[in-house]
Amino acid sequence: MRKVLIVLSIAVLLMTVAIAAGTIKIGVAFPMTGNIAAFGEMTLQGVKIAQTLYPDVLGKKIELVVADNRSDKTEAANVVSRLIDYNHVAAIIGEIASSHSLAGGAIAEQKHIPMLSPASTNPLVTQGKHYIFRACFIDPFQGHVAAVFAYKNLKARTAVVFTDVVQDYSVGLSNFFIKDFVAKGGKVFREFYQSGDQDFSAQLTDALAKSPDVLYVPGYYPEIALMARQARQLGYTGPILAGDGAEAPQLIKIGGSAVNGVYYTSHFNASHPFTSVGKQFVAKYESIYKASPSALAALGFDSYLLLRDAIKRANSVDPAKIAEALRNTKNFEGATGYITIDKYGNTIKSAVVNEVKNGKFTYVTTINP
Amino acid sequence: MSASNLIQDLINGILLGGLYALIAVGYTMVYGILRLINFAHGDILMMGVYFAFYFISAFTMPWWLGFIVGIVGAGALGFMVERVAYRPLRNAPRISSLITAIGMSFFLESLAVVVFGGIPKSFNLYPKFFSRILIIGHTRIQVLTFFILGVTLLLMLALVWLLYKTKIGIAMRAISVDIPTTSLMGANVDNIISLTFIIGSMLAATSGIMWAMRYPQVQPYMGFVPGLKAFIAAVIGGIGSVPGALVGGFLLGMVEILIVGLFPNLAGYRDAFAYVILIVLLMFRPSGIFKVYSEQKV
Repeated sequence: MRKVLIVLSIAVLLMTVAIAAGTIKIGVAFPMTGNIAAFGEMTLQGVKIAQTLYPDVLGKKIELVVADNRSDKTEAANVVSRLIDYNHVAAIIGEIASSHSLAGGAIAEQKHIPMLSPASTNPLVTQGKHYIFRACFIDPFQGHVAAVFAYKNLKARTAVVFTDVVQDYSVGLSNFFIKDFVAKGGKVFREFYQSGDQDFSAQLTDALAKSPDVLYVPGYYPEIALMARQARQLGYTGPILAGDGAEAPQLIKIGGSAVNGVYYTSHFNASHPFTSVGKQFVAKYESIYKASPSALAALGFDSYLLLRDAIKRANSVDPAKIAEALRNTKNFEGATGYITIDKYGNTIKSAVVNEVKNGKFTYVTTINP
Repeated sequence: MSASNLIQDLINGILLGGLYALIAVGYTMVYGILRLINFAHGDILMMGVYFAFYFISAFTMPWWLGFIVGIVGAGALGFMVERVAYRPLRNAPRISSLITAIGMSFFLESLAVVVFGGIPKSFNLYPKFFSRILIIGHTRIQVLTFFILGVTLLLMLALVWLLYKTKIGIAMRAISVDIPTTSLMGANVDNIISLTFIIGSMLAATSGIMWAMRYPQVQPYMGFVPGLKAFIAAVIGGIGSVPGALVGGFLLGMVEILIVGLFPNLAGYRDAFAYVILIVLLMFRPSGIFKVYSEQKV
């Protein structure tokens, strides 16, 4: 009996190895549950569409191993360790929130596994790291775009900036916005909150006493939705400006009519794709999901393609070679634009500004670097 | 800070405090009778909101009926939790039930993630009337504020009546002192404890639904922070005391809002203040504001 068991387990082991040899494993570290779960869901849709269109590389199938970081910083580091040590992935797509990418990126860097973040815009994510890359623009640019838009398009002169103190994304983006907005001659007041807060009435009461022309809330959609509702209840009718963290269907579902008049800077708008790959992506997405793709879906799509392209050019699954190839990405045509990754692992691309109008994310304008 | 801002802050504080108070009342009731800190209280709250949410959206029930069904569902859940997790441990050391309560809390959260999904859902299922704003001078008050205050006070009065004027209440208070003797007096201890859990869970669901009306999203971890804050409120007020929970809840809500109002730069750390207040208070008054008579077992 025992011998049979041993033989059986060896056979199973060999078979797993044989099957595994036929695939290239790519880890996906996203928040699939918790506060910002909608981000994980949207980005994964994009990744999956890219996988359906281009399922293999170097003659092998690409296998995605999805790990959920539960919208939690500690767990964000844990899932990266797990993907590398237990699943033995060749590279990782992830994570989404900048604070998660900072936590997970430290592990990937240490273990020399390339990690490509679809949407972490904080500059610190790739700074001083050789194995961490991103498919999106960075916050000094996004803050600049928001400041230009607030000053020129919204004609705002006084802004109140709401910063989520536990999100590196929000802290960074707030500072970049303030620097540019003040340089243009605007006046800034500040308020603070924390991810997971649900009551903003005290901060809003204080903020509205300054009679601002715009509220700038570079945070994530759950808090923006609740804050917009409470701001409207306190009588604020002006515009609310946010960053790319605002875009999720839940913003509108939870915010209701209060989020009409929320503007946000983003990477992509399905009605104005920059490239022909973008058009193909929108068509494919709409045929599968019967809805318009979000910016995050487009970034997920691009991340997969960038990584696949890097593996192809490296002609190897050696992590160091993939990282080297990613660093040499030049003018790659993605859904969100032509992507060139610089030596710091960052991407330079145009930004769009969208507005929530009658419960829809509507294109307003494009601002170039 | 101007006077109108201060008044607005006080109104906001009352609204938040009312929500904390309602959750804290349920907490304190279970503790007062069983000496068990039911850490799953916040998660039963979450489950109650989900029940209401699904009954209203899936069975197209009117909102008030959905709320009632959600509250009753949470009561049934509380009954089952007590039956499965706490009853077998009734004679075990107190720390065992405490750890079981924490385990139950995690279990319910994970169960909700699996069954309902981890993505926050919108809870816009109540009449627009509640979100109407009354404007008095420069102050804006949501109609919901009065509703929450009314429900909180009503439930507290009902609870005090139940505890001090009915036979069941006498039995509940007797159990809190000595279980074997109460059972010798002819009270059915198991049934009374079940009832305590049912009422506590229904209170949790009621407060959860109010919470979701004010902050209209439902997600599996929504009960955690309110539960923790309400626990602090209950301890500040003197855990085991129903009026204490009410006072503690209002105090905590008010202090949280006023700290943000007076020191806007510290707003990101307002949770920390709740804990600092608790520590300072426990240093000077270890049994909270309303001291509950507790018997020394010899």
